[in-house]
Amino acid sequence: MRYLPLTGNDRRGMLARIGVGSVDALFEDVPKSAWRSQPIEGLPSHAGELDVERRMKALAAKNLPAGSVPFFVGAGAYRHHVPAAVDHLIQRGEFLTSYTPYQPEVSQGTLQYLFEFQTQVALLTGMDVANASMYDGSTACGEAVMMANRVTRRSRAILSGGLHPHYAEVTRTQARWTNFTAVDASADIDGNEDLAALIDGETSCVVVQNPSVFGHVRDLSSLAEACHAKGALLIVVVTEIMSLGLLSPPGEMGADIVVAEGQSIGNALNFGGPYVGLFATREKYMRQMPGRLCGETVDADGRRGWVLTLSTREQHIRREKATSNICTNSGLCALAFTIHLSLLGEAGLARLAQLNHATAVTLADRLAKIPGITVINDSFFNEFTVRLSKGAAGIVEELATRKILGGVPVSRLIAGKPALDNLLLVAATETTTQGHIDALAAAFEDIL
Amino acid sequence: MAMNSTGRGDTRPIDTHQPHTATGQITTFTANRGLQIEEALIFEQGQRGRTAVDLPEPPAIKSRLGSVKPRKDIGLPGLSEPQVIRHYTRLSQKNFAIDAGFYPLGSCTMKHNPRLNEAMARLPGFADIHPLQPISTVQGALEAIDSLAHWLLTLTGMAAIAMSPGAGAHGEQCGMIAIRAALEARGDKRVRVLVPESAHGTNPATAAALGYVVDSIPATADGRVDLDALKAKLGPDVAAIMLTNPNTCGLFERDIVEIARLIHEAGALFYCDGANFNAIVGRVRPADLGIDAMHINLHKTFSTPHGGGGPGAGPVVLSEALAPYAPASAVVKGPNGFTLVEHAEGESFGRMKAFAGQMGMFTRALTYILSHGADGLLQASSDAVLNANYVLASLKDVMSPAFDGPCMHEALFDDHFLKDTGVTTLDFAKAMLDEGYHPMTVYFPLVVHGAMLIEPTESEPKESLDLFIATLANLAARAKSGDAAHFTGAPRLTPRRRLDETNAARKPVLRWRPTEVLDEAAE
Amino acid sequence: MANIRFTNDHEWIRVEGDTAVIGITDYAQQQLGDVVFVELPEVGRALERGKDAAVVESVKAASEVYAPIDGQVIEINTLLLDQPATVNSDPQGAGWFFKVKLGDTAQLEALLDETAYNNMIQELG
Repeated sequence: MRYLPLTGNDRRGMLARIGVGSVDALFEDVPKSAWRSQPIEGLPSHAGELDVERRMKALAAKNLPAGSVPFFVGAGAYRHHVPAAVDHLIQRGEFLTSYTPYQPEVSQGTLQYLFEFQTQVALLTGMDVANASMYDGSTACGEAVMMANRVTRRSRAILSGGLHPHYAEVTRTQARWTNFTAVDASADIDGNEDLAALIDGETSCVVVQNPSVFGHVRDLSSLAEACHAKGALLIVVVTEIMSLGLLSPPGEMGADIVVAEGQSIGNALNFGGPYVGLFATREKYMRQMPGRLCGETVDADGRRGWVLTLSTREQHIRREKATSNICTNSGLCALAFTIHLSLLGEAGLARLAQLNHATAVTLADRLAKIPGITVINDSFFNEFTVRLSKGAAGIVEELATRKILGGVPVSRLIAGKPALDNLLLVAATETTTQGHIDALAAAFEDIL
Repeated sequence: MAMNSTGRGDTRPIDTHQPHTATGQITTFTANRGLQIEEALIFEQGQRGRTAVDLPEPPAIKSRLGSVKPRKDIGLPGLSEPQVIRHYTRLSQKNFAIDAGFYPLGSCTMKHNPRLNEAMARLPGFADIHPLQPISTVQGALEAIDSLAHWLLTLTGMAAIAMSPGAGAHGEQCGMIAIRAALEARGDKRVRVLVPESAHGTNPATAAALGYVVDSIPATADGRVDLDALKAKLGPDVAAIMLTNPNTCGLFERDIVEIARLIHEAGALFYCDGANFNAIVGRVRPADLGIDAMHINLHKTFSTPHGGGGPGAGPVVLSEALAPYAPASAVVKGPNGFTLVEHAEGESFGRMKAFAGQMGMFTRALTYILSHGADGLLQASSDAVLNANYVLASLKDVMSPAFDGPCMHEALFDDHFLKDTGVTTLDFAKAMLDEGYHPMTVYFPLVVHGAMLIEPTESEPKESLDLFIATLANLAARAKSGDAAHFTGAPRLTPRRRLDETNAARKPVLRWRPTEVLDEAAE
Repeated sequence: MANIRFTNDHEWIRVEGDTAVIGITDYAQQQLGDVVFVELPEVGRALERGKDAAVVESVKAASEVYAPIDGQVIEINTLLLDQPATVNSDPQGAGWFFKVKLGDTAQLEALLDETAYNNMIQELG
C-alpha cells in the first residue's frame, strides 16, 4: 500500500518494543461483541493509481461540465475564469497540508494571508472588520442572524423574499432548533417588497440579499434607517461577491453585518462546495462575531507578526458559552479568494464586474426580443429573472438535451408554488460568449 | 466566577536574550535571513493601475444598476502576476506543513494527503459542474456521492447518512438536531445533554446552541467515562450523551456498549463524536457499539487536506431511529438513475447548508478510499495505533504518560515530568519548533494537567518516529538538567519568535488600514 | 477590611453604606493571567445571587463573574473597558467591576470572611 511506510519488519520490531505480540492486543478495550479481525466484507481491496484514476474519470465523464457548453446557471454559485496562478499557489504543500495556525511561529504564512483576506473582505463589503471565513454563504447567513439575536437580545428575524431560498431554509432550520423566530416575506419576484413595515420592537434583524435571488439591485439605505430606528440590525447577504466591484457596498448603505458567498472569486463550482463564507461587521460588534480571527502583534524580537486572537469567544475555550460551534472553516478557499483578488487588484475587479454586467445586459436585451420571454428585472448585475410562456423546469431539461445549460427554474428552489413555475433565473459572466448567447436565444426561439 | 484551569502557561513572550542561546542575531541590510524573506502585506506592495489579469474592454451598454450608486474606490492594491506569485510563495515558506515535516498534532489527524486525490477533484467533470444544473447532467457526481455514502455506511454499520454538513462541528449540530427532532416527534421534552469533561469544545457548544443544558460527566482515574457518575446523572430529562470514541485521551471507552445500553434504557440517544474514527476504521463498526449518530471528519480520517484550517466535510451517519429526520439535500438511487431530494420533506429537520455538500471533499475522500480498499483502511488504522503505542512505549520512562496501558491512535502525556524544572508544556512545545517539529496538541484535553497529545498517524515511517522519540527524550533530559532558559526563550530559529497574544487581544488589529487614515485618526 | 466578603467562586464584595462594590480576587486574576477584556452588566439591571453578572477574558480563558448577592446595578467601572489590565494590577481596588444597591444584607452572612477565603485558596494550592 503506497501510502503506508511501515514494513512487516518495522511492525514486528515496534510490537516488541511495546511488549505485545500483535496489534490486536492494543485493542484490548474493544468489547468482544464489536471486534472484527478481518476486513469488512463486501468492499473491494486496495488499488493502484491508474486503476483508481480510471474509475474516478469514468464517474466524472457522466457529468456535463459547465465549460463544455453554453452555460447560464447561477443562483448562488457562478462560473468565472480563475487564473492558473491561483490553483498553482493553493496546491503548494505548505498551504495545502498545514492546519489551523495553532503555533503562530511556524504559521505566519497562513496567518498573514488570513489578515490580508480579512482586510480584503472588509474593504469589499465596506465594513470595519471581517473574520477568517465560514463554511459558505448560507451558513454564514444563519450565524449572522444568531449574532444579531445576541447583540440585540431579541429573537425575531425577518427574512426578505429576495433571499436565496437555500439560505432562508438554513436560517429557518437554525431558528427552529435553536429557538428563535424567522419571519418569511413572500417571494419578491418584482424586487419591490417593503420590509420596513414588518419591523417591530421585537425584531432582532432584517436579512436582505443584494442583488436579490431574482437579480434585483436595491439601495438599502432607507431599510437600514428603518431597522436602526427600531433597534434592529440590517444583515445584507451577497451571493455574487463580484457585484461589489460595481455596486456601492452594503457598508455604505448602513448594514450592520454583511455575509457573502465568496466562491465567485478564486473558487470553482465544485457542485456546491467547498465554498467560502465571508462575514463582516462593525467594529463595535467585533467580539460577537463567530469564527476565527487573525490579529496583528509583535514577536519577542519586536518584529511584526500575526496570531489568532479573541479566541475566548470560541468553542475550544468558551465551550457551551461560545459564540458559535465553528472550528474548521474554509481556509484554503479563503486563500484562493485572496490570491485571485490580489491578481485582479482594484482595476481588474472593476473591469471584471463591468464585463459581467455588460454581458448580462447583452443577454437580457437579446432574450427580451424572443416571443414567449419577458425579462422581469429593471435592475440587475449579472443575473436576472425571465417569465417564460411554458414551465421553466421542462424548458431547462429540453435545453440540456441540446447541450445548453440554460439557467435555474425558480421551482427548483421554491417547491410547491405553481405561480412560480414559469420563472427562470438566467446568469451571464465574463465566461459567456456572444456565441453562447446566440445559441441560447436560437434554442429558446425554437422551443417556445 | 467560573474558573477554567487548563494549566496553560503565559502567552506573553518572555524575552531571554542569553548570548549562549540566541541565534540568528546576525543583522542583514534587508532583515531577510537567507531563504527567510521578510514579506510585506500585499496592501503595502501594490500600485494603482497594475493588474495581473488582462480582460477585454466591456461592450458599451446602458447600465441597469437601478438606484444603487456606482462603486467608489475600494482600496485594493494592484500587482502583476510575478509579484503575486512571489508574495504567496514567500508566505508559504513561513508555514509548517505535513509535506515538510512530522506534524503530530493530536486529535487533528495530520496524515499524508495523496496528490491523486487533488488531481481527481480537479477533473472538470467534478470541479466544473454547477449544483443547480439539471440532474440528468450530473449523474456521475450523484453516483460518486452515493458511492462514498455506501463506503461510510458500510464502515460504520449505520442505517442512513446526511452528506451535507460542512465540517465536524457542523456534523455534530446535524446529528444533535436529528436527536432533538426524534425526541420531540415522540412528544418528549428533554433538557439535559451529558458531555464528558474531556470532550472537544465543539460538543458543549453544539448542545448549548440547541438549548440544552450541558451536564459534565467526570472521568475516572484511568481516563474513561466514570460509569457510576454517568448512572447517577441519568434521568428522564436526559436527551443525549455526546461521547467521543476513541476518546480525547486517546483511549477506547471500554464501557461504551454498557453506556449505550444505559442511555437507551433511560430513553435518551447516543451521539458519538467521530473525530477519532481514524483509529478504528475497518476494525470496529460504530453501529455495533450502539450509537445513534456520528459525524465523520473527512479531513481527518479520509485525508482530505486540512488547507490551513479547512475546508472540511462532516457527513453524519444515523441509526434507523434517526434516519427519517435527516436534512436535505439527499441523493436517492432510483430505477432511472440518481435523483437529488432538495427540499426537506416529511420528517426531515430542514437544511444545514446550501446545495448538496462538500463535493470537492467527497471526490478526494472517495479517491483515498478506493486507493486503500477495505484491506488498506484496516492496515492504516492498525498502523496509526501501532505508531502511537510505539511513541508511548518509547517515551514512557522519560516523559509522563497520563494513563497506564496501551492507547489508540494518539498518546497522551501530562506535564508531571516537567515538575520543578521551570519549563511548562508550552515552553516544551516551543523548543520542539526549533528542532524542526510541529508540536503535539497542548493543553487539551482539559482533564490532564499540561496535556501533550501526540498523534503520529499511519503516514509516519519508523525512522522518522525514532528520530522524534530521540529528540523528545533529549529535550526532556535537557529540561530536567536545569536548562530552563533553552525552553522559555524558544523558539529562536523560526520565522517569528513567540508572539504577544495578550496585546493582540487587548488592542485588536484585525485588518490593514492605509497609513493616511491612521494619521487622520491620530490627529 | 472587616466589611469585605468573598464567594467560593473568587468574587469579593465590599459594603460601603447602602452600596456593595464587587470584583474578582487577586487569586482569580493570577489564575486567569493577563486580562484582555471585561464585559460589564448594564446599569439598572437586576442581578440575581449566583447568576451571571459579568465576563472576564484572558488570552487563555473566559469566565463568568457571578453576582454574590441580589441587587440592582447602580454603577460600572468603565475604566476596565479601556484598561482591562487594571484587573491584574489592582484587583481589589481600581479593578472593581460594578456596584449594586444593597438589599437583603442577610445574604452577606452566607459569604466567606477573609480568613475563611484565604484558607480555601490555601487548600487549592
